[in-house]
Amino acid sequence: MNYQPSDFLPILVQLVAALAFIVATMLATHWLGPKRHSVLKDDAFECGIESVGDARTPISVKYFLVAILFVLFDVEIIFMYPWAVNFMGWVKSTSDVAITMFLEMLVFMGLLLLGFIYVIKKGVLTWEK
Amino acid sequence: MEITSTLFTAKAIYVGIIFAITLGVAAYSTYFERIIAAFMQDRVGPDRAGPFGILQPLADAVKMFMKEDFIPANSNKWLFIAGPCLSMLTALMTSAVVPFGDQLDLGDGIILDLQGIDVNIGILWVFGIVSLGVYGVLIGGWASNNKYSLIGAIRAASQNISYELAMGLSIIAILMLSGSLSTKSIVETQQNGHWNILYQPLGFVIFLVCAFAECNRTPFDLPECETELIGGYHTEYSSMKLGFYLFSEYINMFISGAVMATLYFGGYDYLFNDYVAQISWLGEYAYNVSALLGLVVLIVKALIFVFIFMWVRWTLPRFRYDQLMGLGWTGLIPLAMFNVVLTGASMLFTVNDGGSNWMTVGASWAGVIIMLVVTFAYSEMKYKKKKLATA
Repeated sequence: MNYQPSDFLPILVQLVAALAFIVATMLATHWLGPKRHSVLKDDAFECGIESVGDARTPISVKYFLVAILFVLFDVEIIFMYPWAVNFMGWVKSTSDVAITMFLEMLVFMGLLLLGFIYVIKKGVLTWEK
Repeated sequence: MEITSTLFTAKAIYVGIIFAITLGVAAYSTYFERIIAAFMQDRVGPDRAGPFGILQPLADAVKMFMKEDFIPANSNKWLFIAGPCLSMLTALMTSAVVPFGDQLDLGDGIILDLQGIDVNIGILWVFGIVSLGVYGVLIGGWASNNKYSLIGAIRAASQNISYELAMGLSIIAILMLSGSLSTKSIVETQQNGHWNILYQPLGFVIFLVCAFAECNRTPFDLPECETELIGGYHTEYSSMKLGFYLFSEYINMFISGAVMATLYFGGYDYLFNDYVAQISWLGEYAYNVSALLGLVVLIVKALIFVFIFMWVRWTLPRFRYDQLMGLGWTGLIPLAMFNVVLTGASMLFTVNDGGSNWMTVGASWAGVIIMLVVTFAYSEMKYKKKKLATA
């Protein structure tokens, strides 16, 4: 199978259709609905209690740590994709290459797992405290 | 040049049809969600709008359009509008790489692939677009400038990224079996009943759980759980902006059903493809009939998954937040890693040396059973130790 950049062309049709649908819907709902404003109504809805201060206050650092860990692990997982795509070819050619590659991936995954265990022992994912 | 432009027109019509099917299925999912909920709770459900209430989605849409398009005073106006639009856009773009069917022969040597784009990055496209979907929720929640919205949005973001890891790992095993990133090739390696579910029982379960989490469906609907957060990230939204958030969830359910059918259940394969393609009284149309039947089969498979999404919603209660993160990180990620190693090992020992496909299947199931036994024994041991310590 020969892949070419022009394979991507039909995506433009889909993008245009999706954008047209979204823009038309947004304009229609903006135009159709009623508009009544008051100071109290335009306030943020927090269960009827008067909202105090700005909502954008600092939040638990755990969420930030999860985000950072995601970036780390996601990059490492992406490294496995080229290996995975070629693995069937290695297995079918000669078993020596396949076994070497399999062992190398085991080493890589072992290192990944070590980092993972370190993160868990550090208590990054214990939410109760 | 003539053929190219005709082909492009055909492709554009095909993309339009899939677009319409996606929207139609999503609209009627809302109706069937309520019908199924009513059935499971021994109620009647919607039955007023038209016969059996089948005009209910239409009535809902009209109601949504006629509501006030509310924007809070202290929000960021343009980001507030961009949030739901981005959610909807990402939901609508994913279907491009899903192969809904084989090829259609339109005559004059024009062969139309029943797939938006057949590209060599295939499954990576799905991942790219799905991870962009987080931004829709995050922007919407942040722009609302409401404490509940912000907490909902942050919960949604950290939940989605956590489950994306396990999802990416479970896909690796599929790539090892098919040797290609293209969704079309993944389906082609599964033709005639060699469905990946036979080789990847564990991978499928991991992928299914992650799909629930990515769609923010029960039991992982913490971002919008109304008992804690009013409505979560869409608390401040009204009219069709709220509609977009809810609607994109239903589109995501349908598309993730189609992706699961593609990856694990043979895509458009229905075991009798070759037989239908050779029926004599259909003559030259036999091939096209077989392809169109494949398209129907894929949509039916996706709809079965949509039903499972709804079934689970009325079966399982919601997770607690630490349980959710614990399952994603300490449960699914090591399991998915084990699955990759298991797949690699079973391929090494069975693909060459005269082994058959059934040996690979046997090896992968045996691995899963061994893992279950070991986990069970370990937890039993730990439980006894705990009991001794407390006694």
